[in-house]
Amino acid sequence: MTTNRVTPWLLVAPGAVLFLGLVLVPLVLTGVLSLHGYNHTTGIQPDFTLAHYRAVLSDDYYLGIFWRTFRIAALTTLICALIGAPEAYILSRMRDPWRSVFLLVIIGPLLVSVVVRAFGWSMLLGSSGLVNQAMQALGLPSTRLLYTETAIVIALVHVMLPFMAIPVWTSLQKLDPAVEAAALTLGASPFTALRRVVMPQVTMGMLSGSLIVFGLSASAFAIPGLLGGRRLKMAATLVYDEYMHELNWPLGATIALLVLIANLVIMLAYNRAVEARARRTLG
Amino acid sequence: MGFLALQSLTKRYGDFSAVQDLDLSVGKGEFVSLLGPSGCGKTTTLQMIAGLVEPTSGKIMLDGRDLTHEKPNKRGLGIVFQSYALFPHLSVAENVAFGLEMRKVNRAARDARVKDVLALVRLTGMEDRYPRALSGGQRQRVAVARALVIAPPVLLLDEPLSNLDAKLREEMQFELSRIQRSTGTTTIMVTHDQAEALSISDRVVVMEAGRMTQVDAPYRLYENPATAFISSFVGKMNRLDGVWRQGGADIRGVQLPCAPSEMSENTPTTFAIRPEKIALCATGSGQIDGTITNAFFLGDAWLLHVETAAGMVAVSMPNRGEEPARAGMAVGLSWPPFALRAEGPAERPS
Repeated sequence: MTTNRVTPWLLVAPGAVLFLGLVLVPLVLTGVLSLHGYNHTTGIQPDFTLAHYRAVLSDDYYLGIFWRTFRIAALTTLICALIGAPEAYILSRMRDPWRSVFLLVIIGPLLVSVVVRAFGWSMLLGSSGLVNQAMQALGLPSTRLLYTETAIVIALVHVMLPFMAIPVWTSLQKLDPAVEAAALTLGASPFTALRRVVMPQVTMGMLSGSLIVFGLSASAFAIPGLLGGRRLKMAATLVYDEYMHELNWPLGATIALLVLIANLVIMLAYNRAVEARARRTLG
Repeated sequence: MGFLALQSLTKRYGDFSAVQDLDLSVGKGEFVSLLGPSGCGKTTTLQMIAGLVEPTSGKIMLDGRDLTHEKPNKRGLGIVFQSYALFPHLSVAENVAFGLEMRKVNRAARDARVKDVLALVRLTGMEDRYPRALSGGQRQRVAVARALVIAPPVLLLDEPLSNLDAKLREEMQFELSRIQRSTGTTTIMVTHDQAEALSISDRVVVMEAGRMTQVDAPYRLYENPATAFISSFVGKMNRLDGVWRQGGADIRGVQLPCAPSEMSENTPTTFAIRPEKIALCATGSGQIDGTITNAFFLGDAWLLHVETAAGMVAVSMPNRGEEPARAGMAVGLSWPPFALRAEGPAERPS
């Protein structure tokens, strides 16, 4: 009988230890760290203070970076949805072997390191890169693309697209093809059938895709680090700088926690708003 | 020419002919079933009429209008899909109203029409439910209502009852028939279930390997199947190999009276008789005697296997509350003179 009571605990133990050790403990340590004082000459102080939180939340410099992070992540999510959903639809209408080929094309980029891809984009978008050369050949003035928000968004969309396309594709797989045919036979044009019948049913796929893309974009490090340059910072690069350049670990921890909380709040709110509506009708 | 006419309609996929030279004329208000085993091309035919599959050659005419190359959304036909294909994100009323909305019918007229059609399929009060909250039979009624709301000239039903359990299927058969008669809509139903096809159609079209093999009223189809395939596919059939001799059957040396046929003397012949045409009687008083080897009780009837000198014969005996037949009993078998038919030359000479 005692084994029966112990067994469930033993079964969850590996997962629990992993979660406690790799997620919860570092998070608590970061939280404790963010409450310590800091002095530029003597380093981390043993006392506890909320000064860092006050400093971050009242400084326009930090708030500006938070706002930029949110803006870039939201824009990336929107563009990914606009490209990824039609991409997934076209993919679902393809036949083998083309479907397998193009599925590989979509997933393929995931096999290449983000750093390598970021350098690839910096070569394309640089002042004498391929994009600028093409624009000059067409008689357009050369523009500064590298180290702008545009460059970050372009590269983030490239990296994040599979995370949008695949969930949408999965929910399209579950769709009964006869439903679209039914709409056609009732007099709907192919576009109306798509808008009124197919789209509402892939909402859940787009929702999960959006959450993944938004979360990953808001905490992206390599892309803004390499394509945003030294001055155009996002949340993750800001945290890195506080830790590695300023050596102000408590302030870095504070920013990291605030970004985590903001990210959680935004994603949960979005999830509730969209999912509640979708669940009511789709079950 | 009929209201809906299919003229040498053909669909090929590479070398494979799914439908081959189908000619069919359907009258206005008629209920026609396409019956056949899976893969016989009946669903492909329906999809060609619906416009979801492009015919390789041939023509589809509706009331003098050539539909062959019309897009499905311009044909205005009502279709009930096998999976019902309801819109899961729309309520019952919204599902039914969809076709009217596409036709830009104004709100008031739309609501009134939806109400009428839902009353026709007996779903009044279900307007605000979503498809997932409905039973199989109710979903099917919604699918029928959605197809009928646009008052289509032709209603196409693709295996409409195959997803329902046996009892509900029987109920819905008669329900479909009632709805069809009250609206007078020309209807084409695809099915692999012969009982379904026989019970509610005006005419049954039997399809085999992409070809139409017999078109007849249900009773005539059952009584006079044109091919051996149809005789075994539609209903149950006892088939005995013998020889045509002296205007009757000679099965393993037993002489039996048989319906007239054009067989020539001494041709090896397959003879056929339906199990329900045979009655039990006292030994010596029927056409042939035998011994019951198996008795299966089916509730409304007994299915008996009787070993006779002519071979094993299945007999279906209605359950009238008489003494049940038991295995081992010696019985006589009798049937009306022309119930035994010469079906055609035997596949293997006996």
